[in-house]
Amino acid sequence: MGRPQLLEVRDINVFYGDLQVIWGVSFNVRQGEIVCLIGANGAGKSTILKTISGLLRPTPGEIVFEDERIDQLRPYKLIELGIVHVPEGRRLFTEMTVEENLDMGSLKGESRQRREQSKDMVFELFPRLRERRRQIAGTLSGGEQQMLAIGRGLMARPRLMMFDEPSLGLAPILVKEIFNVINRIRDEGTTVLIVEQNVKQTLSISDRAYVLENGRIVLEGTGQEMLGNAHVKTAYLGV
Amino acid sequence: MDAVAIEVFLQTLISGLLLGGLYALIGIGMTLIMGVMKIINLAHGELMMVAMYMAYWLFVLFHIDPYISVFIVAPVMFFFGMAIQRFLINPVLRVESILPENQVILTVGIGMVLANLATLFFTSDYRSTPVKYASDAWYLSDYWRDSPIELSLSVPWTVSFTISVVITVALWFFLTKTDTGKSIRATAQDLEAAMLMGVNVERMRLVTFGLGAALVGAAGCLFIPIYYLYPALGGRFTLIAFVITILGGLGSTVGAIIGGLILGVFESMTATYVGMGWAPVGRFLIFIAALIFLPGGVASLLRSRRLGK
Ligand SMILES: Nc1ncnc2c1ncn2[C@@H]1O[C@H](COP(=O)(O)OP(=O)(O)OP(=O)(O)O)[C@@H](O)[C@H]1O
Ligand SMILES: [Mg+2]
Repeated sequence: MGRPQLLEVRDINVFYGDLQVIWGVSFNVRQGEIVCLIGANGAGKSTILKTISGLLRPTPGEIVFEDERIDQLRPYKLIELGIVHVPEGRRLFTEMTVEENLDMGSLKGESRQRREQSKDMVFELFPRLRERRRQIAGTLSGGEQQMLAIGRGLMARPRLMMFDEPSLGLAPILVKEIFNVINRIRDEGTTVLIVEQNVKQTLSISDRAYVLENGRIVLEGTGQEMLGNAHVKTAYLGV
Repeated sequence: MDAVAIEVFLQTLISGLLLGGLYALIGIGMTLIMGVMKIINLAHGELMMVAMYMAYWLFVLFHIDPYISVFIVAPVMFFFGMAIQRFLINPVLRVESILPENQVILTVGIGMVLANLATLFFTSDYRSTPVKYASDAWYLSDYWRDSPIELSLSVPWTVSFTISVVITVALWFFLTKTDTGKSIRATAQDLEAAMLMGVNVERMRLVTFGLGAALVGAAGCLFIPIYYLYPALGGRFTLIAFVITILGGLGSTVGAIIGGLILGVFESMTATYVGMGWAPVGRFLIFIAALIFLPGGVASLLRSRRLGK
């Protein structure tokens, strides 16, 4: 594929205190792709996303976005570059209204100017949020909360959107809806990096996939290749 | 109940609410700091004491009315609070091996230094500020000749209360209508999520500590026409702010307002019906009662109603 590279993670190691959880991980994401990281509980998926979004620092290791080193930047710089992280467990501002949560997604630069326009776009994608715009986020259902978390991320007009287990705890019909939305987000020009345990559905929408085990990448390939891979089949698809 | 009893009760209630309005302002400052930094600022009352000395000297030296001083002292306290956060609390925050309690201990130290400095410079004398309207009051009978009961409203208490309500409303607008205000609330609710949204949380800590200091500073100016001033009064108001914060539910602004009013009314009632000196005991009782029967404070009641839990 001749697509230009958007994100490159080069040989990163990440520690919590003295405990190393990520060991020499490298991967890349090209413009317009959906790339997924799959792995069991505790493999280090969330840790990698947190490192990309600046909450953690690789020691050592490099992360490059377009042509810029970003691994020493503060999180608020990264969102200005267009890197948005929809965290595991939604992490909404539960005592704020739906609309205020969306406002929080568009604090910076150009996204601030386009706030109302972006809101309309989010409400079009998730009509249920429009009806509930004045409701306190903590009172939304699980599915609505996930929609709001995604909507809040979209408010920043991201170039790279990272999802950490967006299907967690949702009913199958909602899972399908969320994956459709992610597909649509990509079709409208945003590159996607997704972390999931819902391996089958994730692989089927992903262009490429990396398998993470105990903080190391053990396999990589296209989504289709992975669906056919013997190790993936036994370890993650239960067949 | 006869007319006198009703009169006493209503008069006590009015004084309690007026006091509670000022308490609320003190409590909101502490609760904001609590929400964003997750520490109790035990120098809160001492910050108020500093602000009161400013207002006192502005009055004595330059004849500036304390109600005008609010607009001078509160901004000065805002920068003073930011400086404390920037140069004292932040460095401690950054040292990883130190436990979070150390920041609280630090605020105790700051409070002690401020109180001692005030004693050094201004002696421990009690001072009162001789504003002309100190004992002016409005009487119900002046407005309603045939009123069966007589009630009075102290002019300085009422003006102080009104200004504190205005400040509280302005703060509410700031917290709900501006991006900075929303960012402060977001930081208090989920620090990591706020960082992911691009909130510069270090700056929010500065602004919040500044804001807390400015609010308690404003309260200090409002207390000047109605209260004695001495270097050690800070400890007492720190305790009051602490009780309000617990009563309101840590970090909840609405809770702090209600907590302030409850405490004001309760103290006023204790003073009338039990005895002047008993107000601190009442404060202590309500504090214990809140801890035992309402551990989440008023905020937990508000929240459970909203969430239908
Ligand atoms: N704050 C922390 N302090 C110490 N260890 C941590 C911390 N957060 C995560 N870990 C450890 O790091 C490892 C990787 O955690 P991480 O959250 O990245 O896993 P994950 O792949 O996202 O798992 P899950 O699917 O359960 O979300 C785990 O062993 C976890 O216990
Ligand atoms: Mg995870």
